[in-house]
Amino acid sequence: MAREQKNDGDGAIKNIRRESQAVILELQGDIDLHRSVGVRGALLEVLHEKPSRVVVNMTAVDFMDSSGLATLVEALQVSRRQKTKLALVGLGARVRSIFEISRLDNIFTICETESEALS
Amino acid sequence: MQEQTCTKGIEVRICAEPAYLSVVRCAVRQAAKLAGLDEKGVDSVTLAIDEALTNVIRHSYGGPCTKPIIVRICQQQLPEGPAVEFIVRDYGKTVDPAKICSRNLDDVRPGGLGVHIIKSVMDIVEYIPQQDGQGMLLRMAKYLEAATETTASNKNS
Repeated sequence: MAREQKNDGDGAIKNIRRESQAVILELQGDIDLHRSVGVRGALLEVLHEKPSRVVVNMTAVDFMDSSGLATLVEALQVSRRQKTKLALVGLGARVRSIFEISRLDNIFTICETESEALS
Repeated sequence: MQEQTCTKGIEVRICAEPAYLSVVRCAVRQAAKLAGLDEKGVDSVTLAIDEALTNVIRHSYGGPCTKPIIVRICQQQLPEGPAVEFIVRDYGKTVDPAKICSRNLDDVRPGGLGVHIIKSVMDIVEYIPQQDGQGMLLRMAKYLEAATETTASNKNS
């Protein structure tokens, strides 16, 4: 398992791991207008590699607004075009609520654990 | 800034830079707690104010800049009951409130959700154009009792 530390997005990218054909992107802290720029860059960079699967682990995300949501929607659109599976993991209640308010909770594949997302 | 009676509250002034959004969120969170909103209410109004400020930076000012945004948070006794009132004042574009709307939620694409989130969270949302093209004042309010009832209802469902 390859592991690399990233500090993009003003610290919003906690870690990026590669496991077989999957890439796991761990986010942390608040994902808002300020930090979603870095998250967008990291996500698009990962998707550019065209892995079979991308898992965005949001266990350590405390807050996300519609800027973060827009970044994930864009990543979802790119992933669908290139047939990469995209899954979100570890959404806390605060983060999950913005998906529900925006009615995007049924658009994304949302898993409880990384192993579920990778299976 | 429109003068109103506010005996209990705070006022925060930031420049329109995204890096300062986290500062306002901290202030909103604490002020909303002090006003009596429960945890779910605190989370939702914090999100709504963040969305309002993001819209000001993006649309009123056309991007990050050094112009001011003023946020005022007050406990108010409104005719319908006790509430937390939020004022967001900017000095950017003056817009016809009728033209401020969310995108169709069925049209899944990045962006365009801020107004929908604000209106979903708040009990009162008023966009007030300021005289002489001096920007906009967004007045929002969340009733304390409604917030508690909503949370209780969600817990029971």
